[in-house]
Amino acid sequence: MTRYFTEDHEWIEVDGDSATVGITHYAQSQLGDIVFAEVPAAGATLKKGGDAAVVESVKAASDVYAPVSGTVIEGNDALEGDPALVNSDPEGEGWFFKLTLSDSSELDSLMNAAAYQAFVDGL
Amino acid sequence: MSEEDEFELEPIEILELPLDAWHRDKGARMVQFAGYHMPIQYEGIMAEHIWTRDNAGLFDVSHMGQLMLTGDGVAEALEAMVPGDISALQEGKMRYSLLLAEDGGVLDDMMITAVPMGLYVVVNGAVKWDDMSYLREYLPDEITINHMEDRALLALQGPKAVHALKRVVPGVDALYFMEAGSFFWGPKTDPEPLWISRSGYTGEDGFEISVPAAHAQKLADQLCAQPEVRPIGLGARDSLRLEAGLPLYGHDMSPDVEPVEANAAFAISKRRRVEGGFAGAERILNALAKGPARKLVGLSVDGKMPVREGAPIFAGEAQVGIITSGGFAPSLGAPIAMGYVDSAHNASGTALEAEVRGKRVSVTVANLPFIPHHYHRKGANT
Repeated sequence: MTRYFTEDHEWIEVDGDSATVGITHYAQSQLGDIVFAEVPAAGATLKKGGDAAVVESVKAASDVYAPVSGTVIEGNDALEGDPALVNSDPEGEGWFFKLTLSDSSELDSLMNAAAYQAFVDGL
Repeated sequence: MSEEDEFELEPIEILELPLDAWHRDKGARMVQFAGYHMPIQYEGIMAEHIWTRDNAGLFDVSHMGQLMLTGDGVAEALEAMVPGDISALQEGKMRYSLLLAEDGGVLDDMMITAVPMGLYVVVNGAVKWDDMSYLREYLPDEITINHMEDRALLALQGPKAVHALKRVVPGVDALYFMEAGSFFWGPKTDPEPLWISRSGYTGEDGFEISVPAAHAQKLADQLCAQPEVRPIGLGARDSLRLEAGLPLYGHDMSPDVEPVEANAAFAISKRRRVEGGFAGAERILNALAKGPARKLVGLSVDGKMPVREGAPIFAGEAQVGIITSGGFAPSLGAPIAMGYVDSAHNASGTALEAEVRGKRVSVTVANLPFIPHHYHRKGANT
């Protein structure tokens, strides 16, 4: 399994032609206390860079974009009851959705962990 | 992921406040607000909010404008632009008031205190320059406006604020809500006078302290050394005032609304209701007599999804209002909002819907405040 990152602070972990998507530790630390998350329904079609989910902190709502195009397999229902999972375990239990990739070549434009770390360090 | 930061404006030059370095040392995340770098949070909005409700929070509100108006007849002169009975204000007493445009629209909300020199007025940071030019234009030439830029303003808020502050500044516990006075701070041989009021914008008991900028850091350190006190950012200030049902200028109030629809009729003093004589009096007194066509109300929100500023409010298919402030209420564990709703639909308990990202959310008109105020009022049991 390989994990990629976007400049919009999403992570995507790819396993064959399916993948899991969430927001990074850096993203949750910038947002602060998460009070609500809205995840896409199974079957929804996502386009790379398009709106995929919404995450809300006490002070603001933010969009989560799809790192790649694909079809949603499932959203993380656990976030409805416990949105703070995005704070406590953003790159694990706090995942947003799983999808089937429609074009794996889209992954080529994403960053690996080292490149993302360098990107965050430069912010 | 992108963040639409409601606290970010686009000022020409971002200025530093006296406690800038102090905030950064305390681990604050700084944002741009009202033309200044300001702390939005330290440990986190939720924790800071709850800490203030249970203990005491120290807020730096030095971006606000501290004005001293002096000159013969200053109270009567200011009354041309505000609806409060300012000439009856006794020394050491303060009043919440509104700066009114010629058409009665609200240009700002403000605290006015009668002091020996004249009137001490605290206005919102984002509009303080506009306020000053408006005041200068409409006040007679013999009234002087002194913008006290050499002073910082700190707010200590929460049920334990009095315990912490009286240890640092003896005697402040003698003040009641909406009273103010000068208090000595520091060594007896070389004390510094501070201007302190028992007031604030969180719904809790608390104080606002005007201190020379050169001494602000020392005072902030001494206050934060008290076990009850932690520094609190703008984020929690916003959620605290929203729970307390207090309007935020530029959001819940603007030049487009007059005081009665802004739910601020209490700021129109009895004598002024009879005599008028303030900017926009005809329109405002008419709204007072007939009831405003729409009004700022509280809204409780079903479920967990926050409803935020700009969301339209519906009764069935008809839009009957708009949200002007909304977010998550940490003390309630639920989203809450305030907004303007047409008179036919703004009675407490009315079921309505707000639209968020194309979806309808059930909301109910609620009595304000959402969280009871805990002011230290004279004559009240405490």
